[in-house]
Amino acid sequence: MSPLSTVLIANRGEIALRILRACHQLGLRTVVVYSTADRDAPYVRHADQAVHIGPSAAGKSYLSTEAIVRAAREVGADAVHPGYGFLSERASFAEAVRDAGLTFVGPSPEVIAEMGDKAVARGLAERAGVPTVPGTQGGPLDDAVAAAATVGYPVLVKAAAGGGGRGIRQAEDENELREAFPGASQEAATAFGDPTVYVEKQLLRARHVEVQVLADTHGNVVHCFDRECSLQRRRQKILEEAPSPAVAPECRLELAGAAVRLAREVGYVSAGTVEFLLDEDGKFYFIEMNTRIQVEHPITEAVTGVDLVAEQLRVAAGDSLSWRQEDITLRGAAIECRINAEDPSADFAPSPGQITRLELPGGPGVRVDTALSQGDVVSPYYDSLVMKLVVSGRDRAEALARTRQALQELTIDGVATTADLHRRLINEPELARGDYHTSWLEGYLAR
Amino acid sequence: MRTLKAPMPGVFYRRPSPGDPVFVEEGAPVEVGQTIGLIEVMKNFNQLKADAAGTVTRFLLEDEDEVMIGQDVVELEE
Repeated sequence: MSPLSTVLIANRGEIALRILRACHQLGLRTVVVYSTADRDAPYVRHADQAVHIGPSAAGKSYLSTEAIVRAAREVGADAVHPGYGFLSERASFAEAVRDAGLTFVGPSPEVIAEMGDKAVARGLAERAGVPTVPGTQGGPLDDAVAAAATVGYPVLVKAAAGGGGRGIRQAEDENELREAFPGASQEAATAFGDPTVYVEKQLLRARHVEVQVLADTHGNVVHCFDRECSLQRRRQKILEEAPSPAVAPECRLELAGAAVRLAREVGYVSAGTVEFLLDEDGKFYFIEMNTRIQVEHPITEAVTGVDLVAEQLRVAAGDSLSWRQEDITLRGAAIECRINAEDPSADFAPSPGQITRLELPGGPGVRVDTALSQGDVVSPYYDSLVMKLVVSGRDRAEALARTRQALQELTIDGVATTADLHRRLINEPELARGDYHTSWLEGYLAR
Repeated sequence: MRTLKAPMPGVFYRRPSPGDPVFVEEGAPVEVGQTIGLIEVMKNFNQLKADAAGTVTRFLLEDEDEVMIGQDVVELEE
């Protein structure tokens, strides 16, 4: 790994700590950047060097390309790892890093831009022979109406520059589509700087299944199988598992192969995630590609043994992937509970505050990714994710039993969290059977 | 005169989004329930509304300032 010696971590919290660990294990020096609110965060002390980049508000710190690139140059970093969220999928950030003569740990700005335009990404998927949800790739309202008449209602109107579940409206019929379209376009222009919207058939009772891919600069592309991410509320994932219980074993390699084809088609480099919808007949359709490490990456690590962040760093250093496809096998099952500082009994209201008591679970197959310690403050300025409880077992039943026990052992006092919801969910028969889809959780919460 | 306090901690915004005009100028009249700013907490945007009709005399925070729970945000003349 000679071309890299110092990595600047342009993120915070648990993912900053996750990246820092991988760097140190590979013998790389780390620099973390931090805002005023994160000044006393324990993970900051684990870095070889820490740079204050601005006030607590993310817009003036973790979202400031200028502050981060300046810090990277000042400390003599060779590479910048963006983590997830914040600037991780902004092509302009990757470009600014490259223009500063530094290595961006991720794909090229060009690929980020292509995949960031969801309508363009659909076109690329079709070119790679990957099925897409029937719909349009942009165009005016009349095209959308014509397409919707062909594919059938309900349809979703989506912002081309959106993603992560944001900028989406539903239409049950032509009137609703005609009503939703202009507003969606205007909202897209305001929120994402691009008024382009496209229309997709809404697949009911569909599953959200995604495939982890890894690619290097030597033309090697591998997959690390799939993840099931259908347990969502307002399109935000609450619990994920690997592999998906909905993907039939005989379809698993076909799905993974489609993801690899798309990654090859676009010249993808680094870790990426190809998201699909899986319908009730087991047919899958591409929806979007996330050009970064994913929050739920640890469940894939648990069932394959691949250290995804270490592979990202190897690839950034110009090395080949350290895994060949034939050596990556699926072993057992893993579950991730996203513990958010939100109150499930109060419509998931944000719950910042001080952690007065923290007791972590343990035992075989239990991994806790968090940057928090007892006494720390969960700040109001950032995402509500405070901990990822990742539990694996030799099969799904063992993973479920261990998750149930781990959730019982977990204590977080001082802020409301989603842990109580997870404790309920893990005992639901439908969850135990793996019998759920993307609308299931919202229905469950409304019961 | 009354002072409107922040009901939650976060980041205070005077505009719906960065390029837009402010919700309300200093010296302008407001109705009860009129939105005068936003407070972002953990990526959720909450509207801060006038609790009485009157005139906005002055903002005690700048756009995009950090705000603590209970902190004075704006002065209203009834």
